[in-house]
Amino acid sequence: MTDTQAATIPAPAPAPDRQPLLRVTGLTRHFPIHSGLMRRQTGAVRAVDGIDFTVNAGETLGVVGESGCGKSTMGRLVTRLDEPTAGKIEFEGTDITHLGVGAMRPLRRDIQMIFQDPYSSLNPRHTVGTIVGAPFRLQKAEPEGGVKKAVQELLELCGLSPEHYNRYPHEFSGGQRQRIGIARALALRPRMIVADEPVSALDVSIQAQVVNLLDDLQRELGLTYLIIAHDLSVVRHVSDRVAVMYLGKIVEIADRDSLYRAPMHPYTTALMSAVPVPDPRRRQSGGRERILLKGDVPSPINPPSGCRFRTRCWKAQEICATQEPPLVAATAGHQVACHFPENAVTGDGARASA
Amino acid sequence: MTELQKTPARAAAPAGGGEPYLSVRDLRIHFDTDDGLVRSVDGVSFDLAKGRTLGIVGESGSGKSVTSLGIMGLHRSKRARITGEIRLDGEDLVAAGPDRVRELRGREMAMIFQDPLTAMHPYYTVGQQIVEAYRVHHPQATKKQARARAVEMLDRVGIPQPDRRVDDYPHQFSGGMRQRAMIAMALVNDPSLLIADEPTTALDVTVQAQILDLIRDLQEEFGSAVIIITHDLGVVAELADDILVMYGGKCVERGPAETLFDSPEHPYTWGLLGSMPRLDRELQERLVPVKGTPPSLINVPSGCAFHPRCPYAALTGGRSTEETPGLTEVAPGHHAACHLALSERHRIFTEEIAPRL
Repeated sequence: MTDTQAATIPAPAPAPDRQPLLRVTGLTRHFPIHSGLMRRQTGAVRAVDGIDFTVNAGETLGVVGESGCGKSTMGRLVTRLDEPTAGKIEFEGTDITHLGVGAMRPLRRDIQMIFQDPYSSLNPRHTVGTIVGAPFRLQKAEPEGGVKKAVQELLELCGLSPEHYNRYPHEFSGGQRQRIGIARALALRPRMIVADEPVSALDVSIQAQVVNLLDDLQRELGLTYLIIAHDLSVVRHVSDRVAVMYLGKIVEIADRDSLYRAPMHPYTTALMSAVPVPDPRRRQSGGRERILLKGDVPSPINPPSGCRFRTRCWKAQEICATQEPPLVAATAGHQVACHFPENAVTGDGARASA
Repeated sequence: MTELQKTPARAAAPAGGGEPYLSVRDLRIHFDTDDGLVRSVDGVSFDLAKGRTLGIVGESGSGKSVTSLGIMGLHRSKRARITGEIRLDGEDLVAAGPDRVRELRGREMAMIFQDPLTAMHPYYTVGQQIVEAYRVHHPQATKKQARARAVEMLDRVGIPQPDRRVDDYPHQFSGGMRQRAMIAMALVNDPSLLIADEPTTALDVTVQAQILDLIRDLQEEFGSAVIIITHDLGVVAELADDILVMYGGKCVERGPAETLFDSPEHPYTWGLLGSMPRLDRELQERLVPVKGTPPSLINVPSGCAFHPRCPYAALTGGRSTEETPGLTEVAPGHHAACHLALSERHRIFTEEIAPRL
């Protein structure tokens, strides 16, 4: 079984020689806080606070983190739905950081987004045909054979029936609505899709259908994904590389296998150990070592000095409070921002000693 | 579920020792709507002893939350038609009047809701809400005593500086703390039955782990019976002693947690287990989803409600489309409602399903 599995698992997209499709450097987004009579700025929510990463063509980068870590804001910045405070976003070598709405429009064909909630991301007054056909209208694109035919093909591609063309969103279940959202995102044959929690609103059995659909579409159309999710097992399933965010920073970014087999940042280790395992025996045998993080994520208005995770980290020392650990490559393709990274082995030894 | 199934179910129950504290028999909760009769819960039976945890799993719309609200007596009687038996410590709640149920609610049985931000009143402080819950059932307690009790409970559920936080409003708490506060509110009267409806779904994994730990500790301490309702098989595996799988308003499989995870009998349970990406297993190339979508509860498919989605429906010789399968005991305490012959089921499971899990 393992042999056949190993053989069929698609190798993480190699090609480090290719130019990355998306390159993000020092991306920052601070939401100002105004208070007082004069509405002066008194502070800022540092939602995204200087992150760097690249996404290569054809690969999937998964972004995980707890709520409030800035992963969704990051997605909105990359798709230019929000204006970055600082930093640079390059798409295929073009700087798109501060492009205006008009200048951005041609690029919207290439970057599309799938939203989390299939109930609020579809206009209830529009038919499926209108919704999925909207990108054609907005971009004044004339698909071959007309918009209707193109929409019906898209619906079929996403596992819906072409007869659904004239129906309204409320007639569909959550999973089907998410498929409509995916069909809309695919309409203009984008190069890259940013999916913000694409399956978290769906039931388990339906979740698997949508995950497989995303997988198939990537293979068929050569898509590049940036998938934002909080579910570590889903992210492991869909991603080639994974970035872990904490309080507006990337704390670890690595190839999927290397990250899940040997997480280096204590936060990643804790996050993984917190995932409930569907195996009651583990609980009874007491053989599970779970790292229980204390308390909550600190406020991004006043993030802790130095390493932001230090207030909840069991390995924290003095240096962690004074010096911020940079995101550096620990091994090939595995970057981590920690003064005391876990062992390159499974991290078991380090966990035991801690 | 016919009379036939009641006997083995009763016989299998006293695993926890003695009479079950909560005993549900053939519970049906139907709602009249403009579109027709919604059979949200259609003949569910189970037993739960004190100190035990029952996990109810199922997709949205499978009737799991309606069951729990039915036990708590939280359905409006005008719209909802409730039949069957819910015995709490021997007393039938379906037959009891609303006033009697109100006396029991909060004192003998309490509930933790999914979203603490909507379940708590934004206008009152957390302390006021806990105090209210306490004084309703302890009319002789003074305000001071009730407040002391609220602080004690907040402390017990792990809220730092409880004497100060007791005067905070719900919005001043983080998601995890709000859920803790709600647990404190539920436990303030030492209920013997605690129902947690998706208690961690709105929370992050790290906080979820804290809350699951807390529920487990509190149960050990108070020895109450717990029902945990969730769609996450990982969460039930963490907490539950027994598991009940619901589909289309019916119980399709029920059994001890370990048996259910090791040798699940129902194709729907296989589907649930197979469609879940797991961190504790080798990476699979593809997930195996359950095809189709959950059924409408107005037009529940004939026969076995799962048959339109079941890959093995053809093997039953048409029975699955015509005849509703009853729960039958396949192993001690383990029941499943499936038309497939036992040997056939075991063959499919060992040959096709088990290697994938």
